[in-house]
Amino acid sequence: MRMSSFLKKDGIGYLFLSPWIVGMLAFTIVPVAASLYLSFTDYEMFDSPVWNGTYNYVQIFTNDKQFWESLRVTLTYVFLGVPLELAFALLIALMLNKGLSGLRLYRALYYVPSLFGGSVAVALLWRQLFGAEGMVNGFLAYFGIEGISWIATPETALYTIIIMKVWQFGSPMIIFLAGLQQIPNDLYEAASIDGAGKVSQFLRVTVPLLTPIIFFNLIMQIISAFQAFTPAYIVSGGTGGPLNSTLFYTLYLYQKGFISFQMGYASALAWILLIMISIFTAIAFLSSKKWVHYEK
Amino acid sequence: MRGKASPLLRHGLNIVVTLLMIYPLLWMFSSSFKQPQHIFTDTGLWSDAFTLDNYILGWKGLTSVTFATFFKNSFVVSGLSIIGNLLSCSMAAYAFARLQFRLKTLLFGLMLLTMMLPHHVTMIPQYIIFNKLEWVNTFLPLIVPKFTATDGFFIFLMIQFIRNIPAELDQAATMDGCGAIQIYWRLILPLALPALVTTAIFTFIWTWNDFLGQILYLSDIKQYTVSLGLRTFLDSQGDSQWGRLFAMSTLSLVPVFAIFIFFQKYLIEGITSGGVKG
Repeated sequence: MRMSSFLKKDGIGYLFLSPWIVGMLAFTIVPVAASLYLSFTDYEMFDSPVWNGTYNYVQIFTNDKQFWESLRVTLTYVFLGVPLELAFALLIALMLNKGLSGLRLYRALYYVPSLFGGSVAVALLWRQLFGAEGMVNGFLAYFGIEGISWIATPETALYTIIIMKVWQFGSPMIIFLAGLQQIPNDLYEAASIDGAGKVSQFLRVTVPLLTPIIFFNLIMQIISAFQAFTPAYIVSGGTGGPLNSTLFYTLYLYQKGFISFQMGYASALAWILLIMISIFTAIAFLSSKKWVHYEK
Repeated sequence: MRGKASPLLRHGLNIVVTLLMIYPLLWMFSSSFKQPQHIFTDTGLWSDAFTLDNYILGWKGLTSVTFATFFKNSFVVSGLSIIGNLLSCSMAAYAFARLQFRLKTLLFGLMLLTMMLPHHVTMIPQYIIFNKLEWVNTFLPLIVPKFTATDGFFIFLMIQFIRNIPAELDQAATMDGCGAIQIYWRLILPLALPALVTTAIFTFIWTWNDFLGQILYLSDIKQYTVSLGLRTFLDSQGDSQWGRLFAMSTLSLVPVFAIFIFFQKYLIEGITSGGVKG
């Protein structure tokens, strides 16, 4: 009886939800649980996993130079790349906003790098641009400067990838632009009547009203930047070199899991990544109470 | 007062910055038509000796498998991913937006929670599962999850859209004797078309540009997608390869660019509606 009443009342909802439920179980919940379990095991893919407690985590934190290097690389990428990208995005959005003809064309052109940015093609192009005989050095030669191979020099390789990230500011720029267009003109008029200058209008009207969008962009970009993989893989030819200078965290995880097949160890790395992203997201949310203004 | 700060200056600035941004791509495009020995010496776009050789030689690939195979594979994977996402995400979105069932709030919360989950946490167990199923080195690990609504972003996008369709329409259809399935198929899907188009576009771009998923699961060169086909140029990088590499790289960007040109409106809407990262 209970079964038939269930089918009648809830059945149709669950029917529509059934593909999602299958996916949620098979591709999310079970893998998340399995990953957590594997992170406490020694598992090389070909034998069964062997429980070894917190050994992986202890190894990672106390005895793994590459882990710390990959952490440094990724944190540099996230906390240098994302703020720069968003600063450019906001600057260009302000430059485009309000009454500039050809806005749609400019917006489209600015978006093109974001459109292609994640592709293997662009990462390969970057290898050429910043290579020893690349286009960048070709331009420097006009000024009599002899450039180095920027991607083969440990001190500069990471920064070429950060430039690629900043280059893709078009996507957050479009979101800023949409936000700017929502700000009613009378607010500026009112501020102007009160004697506020351009700078003061920007700081007291534009920025506060834009903070929810800055916050949204910040969260989205931080989460995706932590997971960047393709540029690091292609620019370094899969190695993370030179001297681990482009060993992104995800690339290290990939090497551990799928090149040396230390899947227990790689699972522990994955959980550390998840916890790290969660902490930074939580910090952003907690701090948002102080600086994000929501209209009431 | 605002904006009066000389439109000329703003145009000038915008033109300079856009040109700077696009220049590397234009340069790659023009280099793909240059003789390999000219690519390094020319920082400019023009050449006296444009040629199609890079395309003809590049298309043949570095082994017996040509780029025709890689493009075909990429289109198969992207096409099936689109169908999967459209069907499964719209079904889930319809359930969450319109139907009543037990545990709905809980399940909806679960969906929101897992939307932010980094792929790397599930990557290894998923690989083990697909390996046990002997699906590794087929397209199945790339396609099957799409038929189970694993992209929460799109469900979310569609829920937002469906909620804006007046509920009176559903009630009228119910009066006319339509069941939930008919309402979904005949009423909701046609009215949610813009959200479906946005989903299709982003699924295409992401699948086409995907690299990590494809390098994990495809190891036989006959299964290679365009991303993996381009990767093979990494292994053999003599100077002569750059021309072919640029030719095939340029070709690889054409489908995404075409989508951008024809569906720009949906793309911009998708980005600004929030939730979809571009």
